[in-house]
Amino acid sequence: MIARVSAPAVQVSDVRKTYGTVKALDGITFEIAHGECFALLGPNGAGKTTVTEILEGYRGRDSGEATVLGTDPAHADRTWKAQLGIVLQADRDLGDLSVAEAVRHFAGYYRDARDPDEVIAAVGLTAKADTRNEKLSGGQRRRLDVALGIIGRPRLLFLDEPTTGFDPEARRDFWTLIEQLKSEGTTILLTTHYLEEAEHLADRVAVVSGGRVVACDSPARLGGRQRGRSLVSWIVDGTPTIQVTDTPTQLVASLSQQFGGEVPGLTVSRPRLEDVYLQLVGDDTGAAATGDAR
Amino acid sequence: MTTIVPDLPGTVAIGRARVVIELKQFFRDRNSALWNFAFPVILLVIFGSVFGGQDIAPGITFAQYFVAGMIASGVLYTSFQNLAIAIPLEREDGTLKRLQGTPMPMVAYFVGKIGTVVVVYVAQVTILIAVGVVFYGVSLPTTATQWFTFLWASVLGLVSCTLLGIAFSVVPRTGRGASAVVSPIVLVLQFTSGVFFVFDQLPHWMQVFSSLFPLKWLAQAMRSVFLPESAAAMEAGGSWELGMCALVLLIWCVVGLVLALVFFRWTPRGSD
Repeated sequence: MIARVSAPAVQVSDVRKTYGTVKALDGITFEIAHGECFALLGPNGAGKTTVTEILEGYRGRDSGEATVLGTDPAHADRTWKAQLGIVLQADRDLGDLSVAEAVRHFAGYYRDARDPDEVIAAVGLTAKADTRNEKLSGGQRRRLDVALGIIGRPRLLFLDEPTTGFDPEARRDFWTLIEQLKSEGTTILLTTHYLEEAEHLADRVAVVSGGRVVACDSPARLGGRQRGRSLVSWIVDGTPTIQVTDTPTQLVASLSQQFGGEVPGLTVSRPRLEDVYLQLVGDDTGAAATGDAR
Repeated sequence: MTTIVPDLPGTVAIGRARVVIELKQFFRDRNSALWNFAFPVILLVIFGSVFGGQDIAPGITFAQYFVAGMIASGVLYTSFQNLAIAIPLEREDGTLKRLQGTPMPMVAYFVGKIGTVVVVYVAQVTILIAVGVVFYGVSLPTTATQWFTFLWASVLGLVSCTLLGIAFSVVPRTGRGASAVVSPIVLVLQFTSGVFFVFDQLPHWMQVFSSLFPLKWLAQAMRSVFLPESAAAMEAGGSWELGMCALVLLIWCVVGLVLALVFFRWTPRGSD
């Protein structure tokens, strides 16, 4: 029993998948702890959706080990599926039903579903509850997908590019919802194109490129970000001055002494997640391209 | 620390919920629902108006003959044609993929389809018979045996053609192209199975061809329901051959079940 509790929610080890001559997954490995929000980042075609769909039980794998909530997704049964919530990439189904009808219907698939009205409220669709789904905007449609994903009280929630097409306000609202699920102990696997989203929501981020994990760490530490050189800028006699340094604190202290207190126009910035990401992905796509040429 | 977890909802309960939701979706897609009911009636009106009054045998009008064939066709429309067109669309728009990711049992999905087919069929047959009786002097079956034949022929026809429709749904490559693949098959079967023409007047090879498929036998069983006993002599086999009708339909039920179980897929080809 103890082993079961301490085992990770998701375990992926050296999973490979080839379509014809294309290697979609080339030995991908990662783990997700219970209650963790784990983000997969990577360019299109990196293998994010392939690995996610293997874990959801939609696709098979050629080799490697995969365990999701203690079960091999290739041998999934109903009891296992009842513990998952899956939000796929944009669907167009259920158009003839209203929001409330769809959510209530799917609630009937689970043993201990959440209250449909509460779920509709949680995703901010109460005002649209009786609207036909085909009349919803893109963002409202995605929120319905999330509502259907969480209706069964999943222990593990898959979110595949959940906020594509959201306006900034809708995205903020969505993040609040995900944080709430996280605080209730839901484990989340998030795939996203938005680095800001991964940085905001994820406990750990894996950058996937060429079907492998090229870096995996907390957003703050990814790719040695916390040790990366900082950019310090300030203003001397109306002229902006910039210095790149490994020791920003020391530099600021000496500047402070120099100016006798406040340093005019001072900013200190670490490399952004985007910088680190582009570096990681850029390196790898370069390597992959040379590999293809041979 | 053991928590007692209630079982997942049963297949029957979920199947019932699927029937309700499928029917809602079917009838809310107004154009397609209307066409579903209007098409057989339009055919009945056209054929009934042109040939309805002609006798194909002493005391048997073409309208009487045609209603039997159209009811058999109704089985094929509501089950095979509907599903073989609707399921590829559901595969394409994500309906099936979403369902596959939930604890809904696959059987419950099929139950939903079958329930919808039965309701739509009953409605369609009621309209067809009503139009036939009111406008073209069609007379209803008189004996309990005839009604019993009507019942089992409908059930065997619906089951076999529903399963075949589910199996055939893997053939169309796209949702949009599905009706172009499915409709010609239905039309050819109607022409060769004695729906539009009197069966024993068809060329022999055509009779042999259509004997391989369910519609010919279904139409024959329906004729035994709607035509007088004297018309049995006009059948290709000289009698209604009801035993043979039941046997062929049963065989197609089994074949349909096997094909559906082997070939049905939730996701489009090339996505696994």
